Amino acid sequence: MITIKELKKSFDGFEVLKGVNLTIPENKVTFIMGQSGTGKSVLLKHIVGLLKPDSGEIWFENKDITKLSEKELQKVRRKIGFLFQEGALFDSMTVKENVMFPLKEHFKMSKAEMEKVTEELLSAVDLLPAKDKYPSELSGGMKKRAALARTLALKPQIVLFDEPTTGLDPILQVSILELIKNLKEKYNLTCVIVSHDLGLAFKFADYIAFLHGGIIIEIGTPKEIKTSTHEFIKKFIKSALL
Amino acid sequence: MNPFFLLGRGFLKILSDCGGIFLFFLKSLIYSLSPPYRIRLLVKHMEFIGVKSWLVVILTSLFSGMVTAYQVNIALAKVGSQSILGGVVALTLTRELGPVLTAVVVIARAGSAISAELGSMRITEQIDALKIMAVNPIQYLMSPRLWAAIFVLPLLTAIADLVGIAGGYFIGTFLLHIDPGLLTARMIDMVELKDIMSGIIKSIFFGAYLVTVCGYKGFYASGGAEGVGKATTEAVVISTVGILVSDYILTTLFF
Repeated sequence: MITIKELKKSFDGFEVLKGVNLTIPENKVTFIMGQSGTGKSVLLKHIVGLLKPDSGEIWFENKDITKLSEKELQKVRRKIGFLFQEGALFDSMTVKENVMFPLKEHFKMSKAEMEKVTEELLSAVDLLPAKDKYPSELSGGMKKRAALARTLALKPQIVLFDEPTTGLDPILQVSILELIKNLKEKYNLTCVIVSHDLGLAFKFADYIAFLHGGIIIEIGTPKEIKTSTHEFIKKFIKSALL
Repeated sequence: MNPFFLLGRGFLKILSDCGGIFLFFLKSLIYSLSPPYRIRLLVKHMEFIGVKSWLVVILTSLFSGMVTAYQVNIALAKVGSQSILGGVVALTLTRELGPVLTAVVVIARAGSAISAELGSMRITEQIDALKIMAVNPIQYLMSPRLWAAIFVLPLLTAIADLVGIAGGYFIGTFLLHIDPGLLTARMIDMVELKDIMSGIIKSIFFGAYLVTVCGYKGFYASGGAEGVGKATTEAVVISTVGILVSDYILTTLFF
């Protein structure tokens, strides 16, 4: 479980996060929703220590992540995976080499074992036929699946997804989220997904948190969110259903 | 805008860059001392910085040696001292031209590529991806490159010295008709081990310096593709000017 308390962050005097309070439940899919530019990705990057807050706390396994040194953060990052919006695959490596990279770095495995694990992960994301391709030869959806396989190689407990469906057609969006849901069950993951897509959130989320004006204005199950009385959420839902 | 404000801001930017580059160098060095030791990456970067640069280094130093011999001969002829041509050319090459030209060639060929590669990795979040996978990006990307440049620059400089001297020898004997024995004898008389070593030591410093500056500029690039271009240009300009300035300082320290 991750608990965020009074998290604040400014960039060049502009306050993006104004005191975020949020608890991310274990083994659930939590969507963080909100308008573009409200700081959803910024919030996600704080959870893995890519950004340091101006103030506030993020608690994970009885440790405040915001206070950890880079070396201590490395231990935390082995437990929290992060899927970048564009995948952030190493463009000088093939898909297989990308997935093998964290295995080589952190596990003492023979080459045959590494190959086996890599092929298992690529099968899980349905990308085995593209294992020898370079990222530049992949479509957007394939890149995201390859990046997901690489993220899972470290066997994380939690995976953070930064807009995993942006730029994909509706069929691919659903297939990516179904894949995430299946992998969540298979690997017993806690998933945090940043998205704008309310329809997908209602279909796949266990919980939805709304970030607006630099704070979390509401968190609840899709059913609770649908019946929210908050003016912004009502407007957001109305706009999404247009 | 107030000119003093602009001057102050420019000065602060230079100071901040100098501090940043020095810290980046220290981190690259210190992280390289702890495992994992990335020998395979070291060899890969040695090949990129060294093996793939040797032809350009040879061409540059050959013609520099030849033109130096030709120009120096004109000056020496005025005072009737053409016999020392071989020594003067060899001294110029081993002390100054060899290490400086080699460093400039490596900046143009490998330094700019390092800056562009790391810059591109930065803007496509590949450096952040390394962090997320609990891999220290400076240790992975910079430490092997730093040691590769430190190992390879002296070797390239030694090649540049040899080829440049050979170029000077060729011009002296075949074009200017100076006695080969006299040319070689003056070379041996005038060049001491200290002269060669000063050039080699300079090249070690230049190697560490150019890789750190080019790596730093790429590593902290921002602003999309335009930002990568800007970072690469800055890397080449700062490292080239820095090589010339530090060459002067090192020369005054050595001699």
